[in-house]
Amino acid sequence: MRVLVTGLSTFWGGRLAQALEARPDIDVIVGLDTREPRVPLERTEFVRADTSYSILQRIVQATQVDTVLHTHLVVDSTRVSGRSLHEINVIGTMNLLAAAGMPGSPVRSVIVKSSGLVYGANSTDPYFFREEASRTTAPRTNVERSLVEVDAFLRDFASDNPHISVTLLRFANVLGDDLETPVSQALRLPVVPEILGFDPRVQFVHEDDVVGALMYATTHEVPGVFNVAADGTIPWSEVCTIVGKRRIAMPPVLTNIAAEPLRLLRIVNLPPELLDLLRFGRGLDNRHYKQAGFRYRYTTAGTVEAFAQGLRLENTIGVKAPSYRYEREVEDFFRHSPAVVRHD
Amino acid sequence: MAAMATSREPLDTEQKERRAEILDLPVTASRELVPFPRSTDEDDHDLDTLDAVRRSDVDAWGRSESLRELTRTLYEPLYKYWFRVEWEGFEHVPRDGGALLVSNHAGAIPSDAPAIMHGIERDLGRPVYGLAEYLFRRMPIVGTLWSRVGGVTANPDNAYRLLHDDRQLALVFPEGAKGTGKLYQDRYQLARFGRGGFIEIAMRAGVPIVPIAVVGAEESMPIVWKSRRLARLTGIPYFPITANMLAFGPLGLVAYLPAKFRIRVLPPIWFDEEPDQERYSRSRVMDGAERIRRQIQDALYDMLRTRKSVWFG
Repeated sequence: MRVLVTGLSTFWGGRLAQALEARPDIDVIVGLDTREPRVPLERTEFVRADTSYSILQRIVQATQVDTVLHTHLVVDSTRVSGRSLHEINVIGTMNLLAAAGMPGSPVRSVIVKSSGLVYGANSTDPYFFREEASRTTAPRTNVERSLVEVDAFLRDFASDNPHISVTLLRFANVLGDDLETPVSQALRLPVVPEILGFDPRVQFVHEDDVVGALMYATTHEVPGVFNVAADGTIPWSEVCTIVGKRRIAMPPVLTNIAAEPLRLLRIVNLPPELLDLLRFGRGLDNRHYKQAGFRYRYTTAGTVEAFAQGLRLENTIGVKAPSYRYEREVEDFFRHSPAVVRHD
Repeated sequence: MAAMATSREPLDTEQKERRAEILDLPVTASRELVPFPRSTDEDDHDLDTLDAVRRSDVDAWGRSESLRELTRTLYEPLYKYWFRVEWEGFEHVPRDGGALLVSNHAGAIPSDAPAIMHGIERDLGRPVYGLAEYLFRRMPIVGTLWSRVGGVTANPDNAYRLLHDDRQLALVFPEGAKGTGKLYQDRYQLARFGRGGFIEIAMRAGVPIVPIAVVGAEESMPIVWKSRRLARLTGIPYFPITANMLAFGPLGLVAYLPAKFRIRVLPPIWFDEEPDQERYSRSRVMDGAERIRRQIQDALYDMLRTRKSVWFG
């Protein structure tokens, strides 16, 4: 198998490349990003490239990849500006799919890491979204809008290219030791924000299960749309209890304005889509992917517990700064120099 | 995405083999949520269990059995001595399996839902989920409490999952706010039964409908006058002035009049329809809705004929 991973220098791209390297049946791993990888990799070939169509087409053609693992969708709107979010999610995906679907393309499988944000969070929502369910209200935020657009691209792409297996995975909110999200930041605070009078059911998925789910789709052909979320939903108050934190209430009206000082003071950035979640919560029906054969390691409560354990350890030993720095010459030496003895 | 839309098919042998070879990993220890009968479906058994690390007993629907128990303890005197609730045909409430309980709805702040839920949970030991308007989910504090004591928004997906997958009892009032917002002069006249959505859900889920007629709720908090303008201003479905408010002032918002409650459960109705169909014939759905409305209306007239006193039954 020859796999192209987008967003190699993002958290997920790095994790996936490492997971792919561990599998001997994956022959070639090509990683794409505009920045250098931030995790040490053994045999992944890094290509510094933007998301324009022409370069993607050349890369796909030149490397003859059969599988595209598209991890580079921004689902955390606090990381990038609205403008580049649109560039990365909408334009990037559009170009990637165009390159993968060009005549004579070697690509046979496309796997996309999307988010439950496509469903939104609203009072009129079902308690568990099935994959075929649609939003009950129009998307309000940039990130939700862009992901809904990506959904539509994929639907078109799949019907235009029936010979390509398209897997769209929609993940619940992720928690784990290493990933930084607004939720994990909020849970790291001495007192955790909540919205007064609301105690929504929330659902998580562990970062290891995210990697596992994407790897499962890569190594097993499972075309379709799947929710990926751990079993069970639990109230936000209980999440805080498991993590061992007290809560502080934000007003139920004008919550956006109340969240603004927290953002400005760099305490925590609670984007509108997260405030919706803290008000109404969101549940995903995860049975479809289980029926396709995937097995989770963690439940929702188990995910929160694992996060809490990581937090306790971190409070004791502190956060270790990543020591790895990418050096082009060094990486090239290990991969391509005739002086290096390779065992494959 | 034609392949993507229709991929909810049973696995073929090849997929089953793949399923077998993957991830042989430990599963977090889990225990049963509440001692109530639960789904036996193999594929969703995980959803109905709780981990050892859980700190509350709030279930997938937001209902908390311990809070429910507290509510039952507090409500019992009201149920027993204030409304003096009496049941007829209680044996028609199913002991197990999903069923949709359908009842008439009355009182400015309806007193029928708590009475029905309390009676069944107390005497049958199985939870009843009350399906209600989205409005509740938007209300701070009230919405959370409502959810913890068994309230669920009446979304068709929720109803289907509760009835079909979780095999629970769900209580629905098809009249909705039209029932509770009617004036005292219209008491015991059933309003339109929505668009029959509840019938379609029961057909799709393959569960029976259990019609329930309640006498007494109308008189426990009768509406003497409604303000359309104040309703519009406050954004609630109706803004009532009740007899209770006239008698007790603001306290009338929470003080019910001690009307005698009689609840009659009618025999379950099964529909002769294949479950899980894409859609159901509109005329059959409306037929079913009308039939059930008629039955409850007739039962109400019958009960009112023999009622000698509003307060003593």
